[in-house]
Amino acid sequence: MSADQFLQYLVSGLTQGSIYALIGLGFTIIYAVTRIINFAQGEFVMIGGMLSFTLACSTGIPLVPALLLSVFIAAAVGAIMYLLAIRTARKASVISLIIITIGVAIFIRGIAAVLWGVDFVRPPYFTGDESISFLGAYIHPQALWIIGTTLVVTILLHLFLTRTMVGKALKACAINPRASGLVGINTRAMALIAFAIAAALGGIGGVVMAPLTLTSYNVGVMLGLKGFVAASIGGFKSPVAAVIGGIMLGIIESLAVGLDWGPFTSAYKDVIALVVLLLILLIRSGRLAAEEAG
Amino acid sequence: MKKYMKWSATLTLMLALVAVGVTACAPETIIEEGSIYYVGALFSTTGAASNLGVPEENTVNMMVDQINDAGGINGHTLEVIVYNDETNTEKCVTLASKLIEQDEVLAIIGPTTSGNSLAIIDTVTTAEIPLVSCAATIGIVQPVEDRYWIFKTPQSDKEAITEIYTYLEEKANITKIALITATSGYGTTGRGILIADAPDYGLTVVDDKTFAEGDTSMQSQLTHIGGTDAEAVVCWATDKESAAVAKDMQTLQMAIPLYCSHGIANQAFIDAAGDAANGVIFPAGKLLIVDELPDSDPQKEVLIEYRDDYEALYGNGTINTFGGHAYDSLKMVVMALEGIDNGITLSEARAAVRDGLEGITNFVGVSGVFTMSPTNHLGMAPGSLVMYEIVDGEWTWLK
Repeated sequence: MSADQFLQYLVSGLTQGSIYALIGLGFTIIYAVTRIINFAQGEFVMIGGMLSFTLACSTGIPLVPALLLSVFIAAAVGAIMYLLAIRTARKASVISLIIITIGVAIFIRGIAAVLWGVDFVRPPYFTGDESISFLGAYIHPQALWIIGTTLVVTILLHLFLTRTMVGKALKACAINPRASGLVGINTRAMALIAFAIAAALGGIGGVVMAPLTLTSYNVGVMLGLKGFVAASIGGFKSPVAAVIGGIMLGIIESLAVGLDWGPFTSAYKDVIALVVLLLILLIRSGRLAAEEAG
Repeated sequence: MKKYMKWSATLTLMLALVAVGVTACAPETIIEEGSIYYVGALFSTTGAASNLGVPEENTVNMMVDQINDAGGINGHTLEVIVYNDETNTEKCVTLASKLIEQDEVLAIIGPTTSGNSLAIIDTVTTAEIPLVSCAATIGIVQPVEDRYWIFKTPQSDKEAITEIYTYLEEKANITKIALITATSGYGTTGRGILIADAPDYGLTVVDDKTFAEGDTSMQSQLTHIGGTDAEAVVCWATDKESAAVAKDMQTLQMAIPLYCSHGIANQAFIDAAGDAANGVIFPAGKLLIVDELPDSDPQKEVLIEYRDDYEALYGNGTINTFGGHAYDSLKMVVMALEGIDNGITLSEARAAVRDGLEGITNFVGVSGVFTMSPTNHLGMAPGSLVMYEIVDGEWTWLK
């Protein structure tokens, strides 16, 4: 492997990893506040991408408002999902609620297939299609948008959670929902906000990645899975951990393809990602057991 | 509770008796003079393969009207019962049984996809009814000893790869290739043939990379290929995945050409890959360049007639090669039906249609020229595919 190639693997991995990170963020926020793993997270990504295509290519709306509107609608879908599917079943166990999110995902996918058809589409690039040379590696301008968006979104989210009242209330719910309720935080409103933020994050991800990765009604399944792995590597603890988890996953996958020795052929790319996840879960569950015993 | 169980047991028994009675007593349908010939069709007119299934259904509807307007088949009216399997395998198997048991069809054409075709092989073989599939995979008609009742019309991977390799050897003078294939059924079958056939054309496979079904970035695989001395990349995947490969090759500014499978022969590939589609080379049927064909080409007349009829009915520019698979399938079934006699039973008629299909020689269709035999249930003569290059977003024939 030459130095140029190595750098290219890192750049490609970073791009993919940023996508996983953006999705992982959504998983983390909802899990922290409600303990629900939202398997419809990938569908928000799909909604963002498909809407940006419809709005930017089939209506007269200019690109930037079309993108903002797509993210806004994705967030609204997230809020509606919480109100209709999760809040109405709030007495159910967390496991039941997680199963409900799987149902919602299937429902959203079905509606999308009817609404948009099954063909894949490509929304317009934000800034051109000429790849940029960087120390011997090449990067697509849209990939720079993806990496940049992930960075900005992570910083903003971090500031929101640590510097604003609502953000602090969300964190309080994440740490101890019962105590938060006792000190006057409206935990249901916080859950609603968490769903809306997570859906908006998914929408943002969908909007920035769709020009590069293409999108169709069923992209949410695979992306949701990768985002889930990213969030798991990050321990569902903090947004920053989820982002690091996503980027790690992207780079491991990319290098796994590049290494190409012994059993590590490109066919096992996904296996390697899952092995990493298993190892992390094993280490973590061991630590949890130790904490409980100690 | 006990009472209900007793009731339901009695009811089940009664139903079972009725069912046995019906099958046992019903005399087998006899093909009478002037009766309607029923043929079944299973197409995926919705779902993932709808852009294949819709032109197939359109083609069949058009042909049935043409045949009946011309007086039918030996005085029999033709009726094709089309069911939509929604690109769903279980649904397809159920509908196949329905065509056989309830509709008493003489033969079935379709299904649209390879997966669905493979799934109903057992059903039609047990029922002893001929099937002419519109799907690609060679496994549908091989091994031929287990496929007594099964035929198919589209070119398979083997024909497409032969066309690409011949081009690489004779026209492009390329000796070192890198493969990038999907781990889907389609990609894996293609990869197997690509590796096995390469030496026959003086080709060395210098790199062999795969990606998971539905992956959206192949940059890492292509970076690895870029580090070898490959002179061309051969990709075997769906149109969406192939578009991602083309895009990533452009991003990485790779100068070597990309060869793709016949699976990308639709506008969606060009729309998705944009500029990156230019320069991509692939094999496909002759339908798209029919006007450029020399008059000596045996298919030219059939292709022009099919295209003009289809576009007169469904609009200019709507023609594609997938409808042609249905054209060939139905046409061959009709040829077989022309050979059956009146006064025989339904099962004898089905067997006669099968024998008729196996006896077809030099049938000039949309996808190629067919000569069936007991050892070859595809029977396509070489030269049915031509090579295309995408130039300025348009298919251009590489003569």
